[in-house]
Parts: sequence; C-alpha cells; structure tokens
Amino acid sequence: MAKVALKLGDDISTDIIYPGRYMATVLPTETPQYAFVDDAEFNKKLKAKQVEPGSFIVAGKNFGCGSSREQAASCLTGWGLKVIAKNFARIFLQNSINVGLYMVICPAIEADEGDEIEIIASTPLGNPKVKNVTKGKEFDTVPLPKARQAIIDAGGLIPYTRKLILSGRK
Amino acid sequence: MGMTMVQKILARAAGLPKVLVGDVVEPKVDLAMSHENGALVINQFSEIYQGTGQPANVWDPSRIAIIFDHRVPAESPKTATNHKKIREFVAKQGITKFHDIRGDEGGICHQILPESGYDLPGQVIVGTDSHTTSHGALGAFSFGIGATEMASVWALGKVLNVEVPGTIKVVVNGTLPKYVEPKDIILNLIGKLTAEGANYKVIEFHGETVRKMSTSGRLVLCNMTVEAGATSGIVPPDKETVRYLKQEAGVKAIPALFGPDADAQYEQVVEIDASKLEPQIAFPHTVDNVKPVGAAKGIKVQQIVIGSCTNGRLDDLAIAAGILKGKKVARGVRMLVFPASTRIYQQALQKGYLATFMKAGAVVMNSGCGPCLGVHQGALADGDKALATTNRNFKGRMGNPNAEVYLSSSATAAASAITGEITDPRSLISEKPTRKPGRPKGSGKTQKTRNTKRKDKQGKKTVKRGRK
Repeated sequence: MAKVALKLGDDISTDIIYPGRYMATVLPTETPQYAFVDDAEFNKKLKAKQVEPGSFIVAGKNFGCGSSREQAASCLTGWGLKVIAKNFARIFLQNSINVGLYMVICPAIEADEGDEIEIIASTPLGNPKVKNVTKGKEFDTVPLPKARQAIIDAGGLIPYTRKLILSGRK
Repeated sequence: MGMTMVQKILARAAGLPKVLVGDVVEPKVDLAMSHENGALVINQFSEIYQGTGQPANVWDPSRIAIIFDHRVPAESPKTATNHKKIREFVAKQGITKFHDIRGDEGGICHQILPESGYDLPGQVIVGTDSHTTSHGALGAFSFGIGATEMASVWALGKVLNVEVPGTIKVVVNGTLPKYVEPKDIILNLIGKLTAEGANYKVIEFHGETVRKMSTSGRLVLCNMTVEAGATSGIVPPDKETVRYLKQEAGVKAIPALFGPDADAQYEQVVEIDASKLEPQIAFPHTVDNVKPVGAAKGIKVQQIVIGSCTNGRLDDLAIAAGILKGKKVARGVRMLVFPASTRIYQQALQKGYLATFMKAGAVVMNSGCGPCLGVHQGALADGDKALATTNRNFKGRMGNPNAEVYLSSSATAAASAITGEITDPRSLISEKPTRKPGRPKGSGKTQKTRNTKRKDKQGKKTVKRGRK
C-alpha cells in the first residue's frame, strides 16, 4: 500500500514531466533531479525525499503525450514512483516498459492526493485491480499490450535484447 | 479483406504475405534516425552488450542516420560533450548518414532525411523523435521510438513486438483558399480528433487536395499527426513523390510504388473540405485546442517564430516573405526565422527571402530546432505570448511555463508579425496587389505552384549545387 503523491489531469505532456531544456541530461542516474521541475513544490518534495519510494502519480487520459524523450520515464523510476493513468500516450508507454517504470492503465480511477492505494495483483480474471483504500473503492485495469509482456518479464528492453543476442536469435 | 498502407509495409518488412491489425510483428528497419539523444542511445547500446562477450557493433552502419539539430551550435559544455561522444561513435562504427553542425549539409532531421534521399516509399523508418511521423509523406511507415528501443534496433536491425496499428483514413478535397495552408488542414484535423484521438493508430491521407499538394505540404500533414497521438501519418506515394525524390532528393533508383488495397479496412473515415477551411490557431496549452483565426483576433504577441520541422521549408519562407515584403515587424515583437535546413537557408538566401525578413526586422537564425522545444534561442519571458509555426504549445514548451504559445501557419504568423497581434492573413489580400491581378481565387495554392514551377525551371542547378 502506498500514497498518491501527485494527482494530475488529462494530456500531461513530456514537457511537464521533463522539460526540453534539460534534455542534454540523459543518464537515468541524473534525470530524476528534473522530474516535474516546473512544479516547484513537487520537485522540492522529491529532492527533500518527502515522497516515499513506491508512491503513486495518478493521472487522466493521454499521460506522457508529446516528445519521445525517454528521460520522462527514467526520471520517475529514479524516485521509485509508480504511475496510474486512465491511459498513456504510445511512445511514453513503450519507453516506460523499456526502462521498467511501473505503470497501470486504469480508465475509471478515482483518487486524490494522500489517498492510500493498493494494487491487487492477482484476481480471478488475472488482471490486477486498483484498490483505493481511503475511498473504499476498487477499479478494473486494462492489461498492458501483450506483445510487451516478455519485455516486462525480462525487467526491461536492455536485458531482453541482451538475452536475444546471447541466445543467437539476433 | 485488403490491407492499408501500413499493413502492406509491415507485411513486407516482416516477410509475411499478409498481416492483420493487432498482429505482432518484428519488422526489419530500413532507416534508424537519431539526433542529439543519440548520446543516450549509445549509452543504452553499450549496456546491452555488457557481459555478452560480443563486440558492440551496430547491425548496419549504412542504415543509421544521425543529425544534430536540437541544440546547434551547442548551448552548453554538456551538449558539446554529447556531440563529441556521438561524433566519436559515428567514426568508430562507420556511420555515413551523419550531419554535423555545418552550413553546407546541416539542418533539422525531418528535413535532412527527405532532402538527402534517405527516405524512400515503402520503407520502415524509426527515429528517436516523436515527429518521425513526418517521413510518411514519402510513403514510408515512419514512427517515433525511445532511446532504449533504438539501442535495441541498432543491435538487432528490427523493432521488437510491433502491434500492427489500425488506420484512420482522412480524405481532403477542394482547393485551399489563398493564405490557407496544409498547416491549417492538420490543425483542423487535430482539433477534430483530439490529442489522443489517433493514439496507436496511423493516419492515411487521401483526396484531391493531398494529391495536388507538394511533398513539402505533405510533410506538414504527417509531421503533426503525432499531436493526435498517431503512431504515424502516411501519404500513398504518387507522381509528386517521384518528382520530389528525383528533382529535390537526387534519388536515382525509385522503388516500386504501391498504395493501399481498394478494399482496405479503416477504423474511421474523416472528410475535410479544404475550400471551406479558414486559417486555424491552436490555443495554449494543448495542440487540440484549435479555433479559427477569428477567435484569436487581437491577441497581442511578443514573439513570432517561423521555422521548425513543421513549417521551416522553402514554401513557408516564400509565403512569409511575400507578406512581409516592404513591411515592418511591429515594434515590441521579436520575429525569429529558422530555415529547416541549410540547403533551404541557401535557397531562401538566393531568392531574397532572407533579405526581406531582415529588412522587415526579423532575426534569421541558423537551421535547427531553435526555440521550438525551449532548449535555447528565443526563450519567452514571464507573461509573454508567442505565435509560432512550430508543432507544440504545451506549458513550458518554449522554455517558460509562465508564457503562452499559439500555433499557426506561416501566412498567419507573418501577418501577425506586422500587426503585433494574431491576424487573419486573408485580411491582407485586398491591400496587397497580387502579381497577376484578376487571377481566380485559390491563389494561395497558385502561388505555391508558381514557386515550385520556378524552382523546376532553374531549380536543377540550385538543387545540384546544394547537394554534395
């Protein structure tokens, strides 16, 4: 169980998550400092370690729209943040799977900042459910693209590609 | 049941007779493009090979293109060091399609690829830039990916686990009125579809307006399909594609052209009547917040930007120079012009457009992404409003979250530079004598055709000189 650290609306662009002016910074070890940097309050909280690793960002539709910059995903994994959104923009979703960002597609999600969220991983139908413990409500999730499951299971695209190279499936 | 353009291309690239929407394929990549974020790709690429005991060599150096455009010339030691790291990698791997910071062959990746003849119909193209959708203008399936995905492509020569996307068919008919441009078509479409309306889908462009449109205009359409969430935009290739490839891109061997099957299945069909279209404005802070220019009348702007991978091509500069000739940029407005490539820069120089801009008070900058993504050059002050021919108006996009960006065509941007407020370019028609008075309307289109023709007559020399 973990808290919702940040609640956002629809169409949150990569320019909001990781502004273009910090794109010269590329390494996943260095990108987290600029996560949501234009939201001074939240960025300060992150840097002051006031946001517990494992906390959730809850967003509306089309989270991560815009640029293909992977920094927008790696800056969140760096803080151990997880994202629940009504849906995700294509490139952001792929990038997040590739770099191992924990994400959940939950079209009906209702949550406010401070709510306690639990992900019920195994349900009879196999799909995880999102439980808002504070509000006492459960929400269905949409599975991530099946085609990407092998990459998720491998822990990201780097280990997955490495495995392919080693197995000679190149 | 027949196949759409993207189905046909993916079937070929995956070595299959047929693919259905939702099938998972691993298409071979014809061209893999990166820009400055190649620095991250290099990092991820070497990580893939760590502990494998195999040398970290790219699968095919001739199929990798790297173009410096986002931060040129370098704005910081950090960027300069990234550039250096990439240069060293390019030399070590033998990558030939490399465009460094140079006045003879530099520019924005989404202009360099088509004008250099790297883009071909039927190809699978991936790029670590969301506007890689652009190259569908030449009949390729071209889409944006992240840096780690690209590292995997560099290693394997294919994209893993691609779901065959569904397609939205967009049919545009009718003649565009004067000062209504391809940009207005695509803004109108994004407004209709919304920012996520085409998420995971391909937008295939049809109709007589698209058939008559130059490749330059088609690049505008495909470029911005990503703003509706699309994986890619695509124009079935035709005579114009062949003309562009031969005359402007110097391509000698043109691959066999193909279009979608007549009985291809589309998820949605959108029709647009170009003859009824007005100039469009995308209001802050989302690209789908689109209204006709009249709704923005009187909004004062402090910066005008003409350029970018969307609207920095020769016809954009021609139309803007036509409007600004003998006029002045309003006091209090900073007008910045960024030609999309150094070749376009040289052509605009020869045609006198750049002199027109400078006499009007505009600042002509070097080719590159410039202020579009707020990296350097042309940052906005708190409270500033900018009107730009670029592709995004997200909060913070032009470097300042306390400023606003409006998007428009080149004609609207140029007209607004004169007045200092968002202005309908059609309001200039009566006061501006046209070169051939009495010519039937639709001369916005006519003017473009005229420019193209002129280029055709004397263009060959220019083009050849511009190349290598």
